[in-house]
Amino acid sequence: MSDRKYTKDHEWIEVSGGEATIGISDYAQDQLGDVVYVDLPDVGQQVEKGAEAAVIESVKAASEVYAPASGEVTARNDALDDNPALVNESAESDGWFYRMKLSNMSDLDGLMDAEAYAAFVEALD
Amino acid sequence: MSADSDTDQTILKTPLNDLHRALGGRMVPFARYDMPVQFDGIMAEHTHTRTAAGLFDVSHMGQVRLVGEGADVALERLIPSNVRELKPGKQRYSLFLNDDGGILDDLMITRREDDLLLVVNAACKDADIAHLTASMPTGVAVVPMPERALLALQGPDAVAVLDALVPGVAELTFMTSGSFDWDVADLWISRSGYTGEDGCEISVPEGRAVALAEALLADARVKPIGLGARDSLRLEAGLCLYGHDIDTTTSPVEANLQWAMQKRRREAGDFPGGARILRELAEGPSRRRVGLKPEGRAPIREGAAILDADGANVGAITSGGFGPSVGGPVAMGYVETRLAEPGTALFAEQRGKSLPLQVATLPFSPHNYKR
Repeated sequence: MSDRKYTKDHEWIEVSGGEATIGISDYAQDQLGDVVYVDLPDVGQQVEKGAEAAVIESVKAASEVYAPASGEVTARNDALDDNPALVNESAESDGWFYRMKLSNMSDLDGLMDAEAYAAFVEALD
Repeated sequence: MSADSDTDQTILKTPLNDLHRALGGRMVPFARYDMPVQFDGIMAEHTHTRTAAGLFDVSHMGQVRLVGEGADVALERLIPSNVRELKPGKQRYSLFLNDDGGILDDLMITRREDDLLLVVNAACKDADIAHLTASMPTGVAVVPMPERALLALQGPDAVAVLDALVPGVAELTFMTSGSFDWDVADLWISRSGYTGEDGCEISVPEGRAVALAEALLADARVKPIGLGARDSLRLEAGLCLYGHDIDTTTSPVEANLQWAMQKRRREAGDFPGGARILRELAEGPSRRRVGLKPEGRAPIREGAAILDADGANVGAITSGGFGPSVGGPVAMGYVETRLAEPGTALFAEQRGKSLPLQVATLPFSPHNYKR
C-alpha cells in the first residue's frame, strides 16, 4: 500500500505492474453518503489528468470523479453496476472504480501519500 | 421575491439547532437556515420513516395567522381554493398565484376558531408575508409566528407515538387538526405531512420545542430525519417542491394540481391568472407535470432535457433522484401534454447520454394517509 497516492479531489491511485487502480477515498464516500450509481469510463477510453473520468451518484447529488493521471482505461469495476454500495462499504479496496495504463508516470508527482492525505483531510474538518 | 434576491445573508437557526448537532446531524445551509441534511444516512432515514416514525424539524417554514372578519374572503382573492367553506379544524393545500396564473408558493391553510393558520415555504415566507400584508383589507391582521417551532412526525408509527405523549391525537383524521396541551405547552397538531405517510405536524412554542423533540426521540420507534430523506420521501410520494417542480412559470393546471382548485372557484375563475387557468382547464395545458421512471439505474437529475423518440426536446426534469423505497431512480418533470400518458417512452439527456425513461403514474410509493 506504500505507493498509494491521493489527490486533493479525494481520489486514490495505486500503481502495480504497470497498471494503476483508481478509486475514491474513504473520506469521500463518507461525505457523499449512500452511493446509488457509479458511471464508470469504458475500457479503451482515454482519460486525461484533471478531467472528468467517472460520475458518482449519491441519493442526493451527482459528483464528478476526476482522473488523477492521464492514460487508457484497461478495466472497470463491473461489481459496482449491481452493488454501488460497495463504494460505501469498501471505498479503498473492493469499491475501486477503474484501472488504466498511465501515459506518463510523472503525472503522479505532487500527489499526496497516505500520511499527507490524512493531514489534508484533518485540516478540512 | 425569494431567498435569491435577499441581500441579508445571515444564517438563521431553528430552536432545534443545538439538538441537531448533538444528534450528529450534518448541517447545510437551506433557505438561509442552518439545517441537518442527514443524521444516520439518507437511505436509512428514508426507510425508517416509511417503516416506523421519523422526526423532522420544519421550523424554518413560515407559520402565519390571518386574524379578523373576512380573512377567508380576502385570502381567496390570492389563491384558487375554497376557504369560506373550510370548517374549523380542517386543513387544505393551496397555491398563491400571480396575475399570470403562475405559482408564487404552495401552502397549507387551516381554519381555527379565531383565525386562519397558514404554513408556507421557508424560502418564500418573507415574500408571502409581504404579499399577504399588501392584500389583506383593513381589519384583517397578518401575524407571523416566529415564536413557534414546527415539527413533523411521519410514518406508520407516528400517530401511536404522539398519542402516547399527547392523548387524543389518534382521533384526528387526515387533514384535520386541533389544539392539545402537553406538559404546559399549547400545541397545534394536524394530521398531515409531506412524506406520503400517515403522521402529524406539531406547532409548538419555541421554548418547548427541544423538550418535545427529546420526548418523541425517547421512543425507540422515532429517529431524527434530515432534509435529504425529506426530499426523497416527498419525491416518491409525487409531491411538488417549490422552486423546482412548481414556480412562477408553472400554472396549477400544468402542475397537475387542479385538485387544489375546488368547483366553486373553477367555475368562477375569480383568482389571479383566472383567464389562463380557465382556458387551460377547458382546452388542456400545453405541458403537464408527470412522474418519470428511468429504465436504468442512473438517477436523472433536475435540469436534464426530455426528448421524444425523434430526439426533439419535449420537456425537462424538475426533480430527480434515487427512491429508496422504489429501489431505483425516480423523477418528475414537465412534458408536452400529448406525451403525458403513463407508459409513454421518452429519453432524458444527461452528461451526453440519452437515457430511456417512461411516463409513470404518481405516486411512486403509495400514500398511507388515514382518511
